[in-house]
Amino acid sequence: MAMTVHCDIVSAEKQLFSGLVELVVAAGVEGDLGVMPGHAPLLTRLKPGPVRVKKQNGDEEVFYVSGGFLEVQPKLVTVLADTAERAQDMDGAQAEEAKQRAKEALEGKNADMDYSRAAITLAEASARLRTIEQIKKMAKR
Amino acid sequence: MASGKEIKGKISSVQSTKKITRAMEMVAASKMRKAQDRMAASKPYASRMRQVVAHLANADLEYRHIYLQEREVKNVGYIVVTSDRGLSGGLNANLLKKVVKSTRQWEQEGAKAQYCVVGSKGIAFFKSVGGDVQATVNGLGDTPHLSDLIGSIKVMLDAFENGEIDRLYLVYNEFVNTMTQSPKSIQLLPLEASQDEEFQRHWDYIYEPEPKEILDELLVRFIESQVYQGVVENNACEQAARMVAMKAASDNAGEIINDLQLVYNKARQAAITQEISEIVGGAAAV
Repeated sequence: MAMTVHCDIVSAEKQLFSGLVELVVAAGVEGDLGVMPGHAPLLTRLKPGPVRVKKQNGDEEVFYVSGGFLEVQPKLVTVLADTAERAQDMDGAQAEEAKQRAKEALEGKNADMDYSRAAITLAEASARLRTIEQIKKMAKR
Repeated sequence: MASGKEIKGKISSVQSTKKITRAMEMVAASKMRKAQDRMAASKPYASRMRQVVAHLANADLEYRHIYLQEREVKNVGYIVVTSDRGLSGGLNANLLKKVVKSTRQWEQEGAKAQYCVVGSKGIAFFKSVGGDVQATVNGLGDTPHLSDLIGSIKVMLDAFENGEIDRLYLVYNEFVNTMTQSPKSIQLLPLEASQDEEFQRHWDYIYEPEPKEILDELLVRFIESQVYQGVVENNACEQAARMVAMKAASDNAGEIINDLQLVYNKARQAAITQEISEIVGGAAAV
């Protein structure tokens, strides 16, 4: 019987796979890599792409992950999969949205709020977001 | 004494209320079970993440991430997880009470508080009470997705990185069991190094790419997974609390119906007795 190692593929919302495997192939940021039992401890980021596992009985299973991490411990391989596509600019947009919502929520008439302070922090936030955008534009050039 | 017809009307109105609360109880019960499953489903990721981060935190890296640095506390941040809907007993009230109490304590030490609020109930609370709310999310529904939370979490993480807050707490309801939910506050930032023996014997990884980059992203994911866990757990608590509240409401409605039925019967009997005595009186007069 071939050597096996325990492998877990988990995302924040659910467990995708757990069991003994002979081989795990994933797309790392610095190239595809295959992990077999006895691999040295490793921690790498994953690119969006398929993760292929070869199970104990020789069956293969493929999971698509939109990024995440691969961790190899002496007796355990873990894929920490992201649930959503992650891009820095998308996170920035969502942060902006969350701020906008907060702003709208505070604009109620009877809210006894320190508006000036809220406005200042809001202005700071939008300034910060603008800088992020500019840096990104510069990076593209 | 109220007439028979009036009491009948009251009984039927209470009965229809009882039907509604009974239905809500059953809906909450089934939703609670699903929420509990979701809670269990997200646990493996969170615990694996915790282990990896603990390994990294204890590894002898030259680089010390900002999330691991303890600073003097001048501003505190809270991520407050509440439900979107009411009719769940004292669930949100207890949680918000805890937040206010903790805020007061920090204020005594001269630290101001900023909030990131999840759930409509929390938003309504801060709107009426006032507070420095930085970001809000609501309408997550019964199946919250991590992607909906990322933006608001980022607002707080950015604030921490820029030194606008020096400590970040997550406040949510902990699911003890169906009958008991207790508000819980955990410190997200700065991360406390784990004291578990299990993590003490560490080995060094091969890092691809550099440890700094990995740690940066890993820590963000770690915080996000903790908040997500909090939201999912709070959701289970909401359903459990609603189930209990609706059960109590149905029981109360049943009691009221019984009492009203008694009053109705008495009124009916009194009316009959009166009628008979009138007839008897009339017959005697003839």
